[in-house]
Amino acid sequence: MIIAERKPIPELLAMLADHDRILLAGCKGCVTVCNAGGTKEVAVLAAALRIARRRQGRPIEVDEITLDRQCEPEFIGWLEKPIREKKYTAVLSAACSVGPQYIAQHFDDLVALPALNTSFMGGTKEHGVWAEFCRGCGNCGIHNFGGLCPVTRCSKGLLHGPCAGSSGGRCEVRPDMECIWLLIYERMKRIGQTEKFKKIKPPKDWSTYWSGGVRKVSREDLTL
Amino acid sequence: MRADSNLGRILRNSGFAVTAEFVPPASLDREAIEKNVSVFKDVVDAVNVADNRQARASVASWAVSKVLLDNGIEPIMTLVTRDRNRIALQSDLMGASILGIGNIFCTTGDHQKFGDHPGALNVFDIDSVQLIGISRNLGDNGKLAGGSACEGASPFCIGAAANPFGDPVDLMVIRLAQKIEAGADFIQTQPVFNKQKFEAWMAAARNEGLTEKCFMLATVMLLRSAEAARSLKGRPGGCDIPDDIINRLQSLPEKEQAEEGLKICVEQIQALIEVRGVKGVHIIAHGSEASIPEIVSRAGLQDRRRRE
Repeated sequence: MIIAERKPIPELLAMLADHDRILLAGCKGCVTVCNAGGTKEVAVLAAALRIARRRQGRPIEVDEITLDRQCEPEFIGWLEKPIREKKYTAVLSAACSVGPQYIAQHFDDLVALPALNTSFMGGTKEHGVWAEFCRGCGNCGIHNFGGLCPVTRCSKGLLHGPCAGSSGGRCEVRPDMECIWLLIYERMKRIGQTEKFKKIKPPKDWSTYWSGGVRKVSREDLTL
Repeated sequence: MRADSNLGRILRNSGFAVTAEFVPPASLDREAIEKNVSVFKDVVDAVNVADNRQARASVASWAVSKVLLDNGIEPIMTLVTRDRNRIALQSDLMGASILGIGNIFCTTGDHQKFGDHPGALNVFDIDSVQLIGISRNLGDNGKLAGGSACEGASPFCIGAAANPFGDPVDLMVIRLAQKIEAGADFIQTQPVFNKQKFEAWMAAARNEGLTEKCFMLATVMLLRSAEAARSLKGRPGGCDIPDDIINRLQSLPEKEQAEEGLKICVEQIQALIEVRGVKGVHIIAHGSEASIPEIVSRAGLQDRRRRE
């Protein structure tokens, strides 16, 4: 899923300085699962913003809504009615950055603001802890690495084993993270792929990554 | 001018070379650099010129390498894959070649987190093994990584780093084998303080026949004080420095520690060159380069260079 984190309140207050009536829109997708922008987090954030602004002597009206998903234009359409009726000057989107971008494109005269920092594609490590697993390079090769991704999980994205900064099984760049290369090596050894591990890989083709330009997937069998 | 490698010739002919390391400063002053590198002249066979070491922005490795050449010192130009993609790296390789720089050292480079621009975007388009392969193909065959041709062929003498101290040892030997297979001519190891562990790694490398396929240079690093040794050991990814070395420095008053560090360095060189398969030493004396002639002389390396 997409892992996101709420921006600090002072940053959000600065963004909202020119607004007195906003709609705070959450999302029931990934950001609900990672506790950043679901119904509950929207309620907490709305309250925090109201209290902070009241303290500043400039109260703000914050209405709450949580869409099924903000990454589909159809659901963004659900915002039309409340926006028309309540005349909000801005929508603060607590979705990954697809949400505020869709809102900006859908509502020409409305300010769209991000409440979250979209962090990465990842999974739950333990309760309240998420880690990155995929960089979205567009050309998955984890089968060459025992099913683990060095492109994402090695701090230098190396393809041939650990650097000298791997010590005690940890990564020098992020000592709270394991050196993925030790896990890859041990795993490939266990599943009888040591020879495959040794093989020299050609330079990676990054054209399927962001460096190839903005990406788009289109499926002929699904397009109308 | 054709890129040349006296280092390659020395290694092939005598099988023993002495190299040292120079870390370019952040500087716009050519004369100051010339003054700093003059200590290396006629003392070592070639000098590694670091490429923005520890991710600190400093004078370009190719430019300092050219300054060395102009001053009669053979450079080994370092290229790290952290800051440049395959286009820029190959451009620098071709540029180095036409300037007469024939030795290169291919490495991934320290992560930018440890440097003076921690907010910089890194590149890591390719890794060190791939850079070695690209350099080999470019120099030997005049072929660029993308498949197009490069005019002229002028083989590089290619160096690579190896870490004898990582765990497990078999993985460290695989890393070495990959670099040799990709085309490395010589290896400079991480600084050796733990001779026992170095010997175990060398034995494993010998078993795989690797020390016959590549010139292995053992790296020594000058320790200036017990404090310096402790901080080198203490940081993540730091050096494997046995306690007895630190204690030996620690037991002396601070002002005597530098001389003791020099003695330790000389002893290490003398011990390491006896390890089977070692074909030279690489000396690192960050900030104390002026001591290198003394180290080379006390370790008897001048005689060895002359004799062979």
